[in-house]
Amino acid sequence: MRATDAFPAHGVAQRPLPRRSLRRWSVRHARALARLYAGFARALRAADPLFARIGYARLERPVAAVERAVKTTLFDCRMCGQCVLSATGLACPMNCPKGLRNGPCGGVRDDGHCEVHPDMPCVWVEAHAGAARMGTLMRLSEAQPPIDHRRAGASSWLQAARADAAP
Amino acid sequence: MLHPDDIGPTPWAPLPPLPGHVSRGRLERVLRRGEFAVTAEINPPDSADPDEIEHRVKPFEGWVDAINATDGSGAHCHMSSIAVSALLIRMGYSPVTQISCRDHNRIAIQGNVLGAAALGVANILCLTGDGVQAGDHPQAKPVFDLDSIALLHTIRMMRDEGRFLSGRRITGPPQVFVGAAENPFAPPHDFRPLRLAKKIAAGAQFIQTQYCYDIPMMARFMARARDLGLPERCFILAGCGPLASARAAKWIRANVPGVHIPDAVIARLEGARDQRAEGKRLCVEIIQQLQAMPGIACVHLMAYKQEESIAEIVHASGVLRGRTPWRRDLVAHMQAVETQGAA
Repeated sequence: MRATDAFPAHGVAQRPLPRRSLRRWSVRHARALARLYAGFARALRAADPLFARIGYARLERPVAAVERAVKTTLFDCRMCGQCVLSATGLACPMNCPKGLRNGPCGGVRDDGHCEVHPDMPCVWVEAHAGAARMGTLMRLSEAQPPIDHRRAGASSWLQAARADAAP
Repeated sequence: MLHPDDIGPTPWAPLPPLPGHVSRGRLERVLRRGEFAVTAEINPPDSADPDEIEHRVKPFEGWVDAINATDGSGAHCHMSSIAVSALLIRMGYSPVTQISCRDHNRIAIQGNVLGAAALGVANILCLTGDGVQAGDHPQAKPVFDLDSIALLHTIRMMRDEGRFLSGRRITGPPQVFVGAAENPFAPPHDFRPLRLAKKIAAGAQFIQTQYCYDIPMMARFMARARDLGLPERCFILAGCGPLASARAAKWIRANVPGVHIPDAVIARLEGARDQRAEGKRLCVEIIQQLQAMPGIACVHLMAYKQEESIAEIVHASGVLRGRTPWRRDLVAHMQAVETQGAA
């Protein structure tokens, strides 16, 4: 008996979030959304003293819950906790089955679809289109450091409020 | 005749250090001297028998400057790239060890880089890796802890700063010539030259491309790369290989991730009486066109199950311009001459 008979393959991998239509809408409207998002980031930074008074630790859970709800709806966000959406044309790179944060792999199909999921457009083909709409193509050339897996599930919004307010 | 810089105390020992070189292997020296190089690749055996490797690389001897040992290509399980590389070194060949991000996390990868360098590996190719769905274990956990760019950055940091990604010190840094892959034929096409630049900025010193069957597309990619000044900053090794038949070409196009074969190529093979011979002729023509393209330093031949045709193809293309890459009898001959001289 072959080992594969004893441990049958589960077949094609299931994508956990099949809500791709809204994600694609977000990339198509990247320009407007990015402007909205930039305003929101400014508001977050302005709120830093308030957040500090309430306590970032106390805010973490409720803010992360809201962030998860909003960003999952708009971007199929995976809550990696180190958001790079503004540098990737508003296409969340964590939707890439290889989790590539620095650009597409070499397996992208001629039709621009994913090597792993042939019915899904490549996240980085969308990122390129989104960045072109936002006028931020050069940001795709920024090298993203390897992901810190400890931050999974944490709020990037609070991080943004705090990090940018520092200087 | 071997270049004097390429001769070490024994064929398997690292070469004496040379200024301006990061590694002690032959490939970097051939490229830095500006000689048009040829590299090839073997798929490691599904076996623990080292003789199978010797058997597979034998047809390359004297025709190629380095041999890639693939790392679970197509997400199929084979002997590990580092083990194959170590066996190749023992025989005197110069291997390029491949490291794919699919199967190991950053802890294992950095350990493997040190181990490979200790075993004599002078060249490492950093790859993202094919998805597990393409292989014989689709139910495996895809790791992808690093991506190819983070991997390049990591190895450069280990070599040049003598530190792990964590910042912890390495007492004997790995002296390796580091490369990466690029696919000029996959979307988003406008982004590919920028991605190449990103890889060079992260530490890539040589770049191997995916199989080239579309010369105009390659020419566009190279023109853009030259505009960005990239060929001056890294060696570009253009990938190519013979297609066995029109049927094989169609199968590869449908099943091997990232291989772009234009319809015209398939039509040409279909129209030939001897498709295998036509595939080789096409490969020779592509090699010659690639050599003529400014900025290309080397051709990288991938001839799965046609390894025996490498010599014929390299010879017919004339890319080596009369040069003979390392061959064990050349070394034996030279050592005999030296001994005679000493006596």
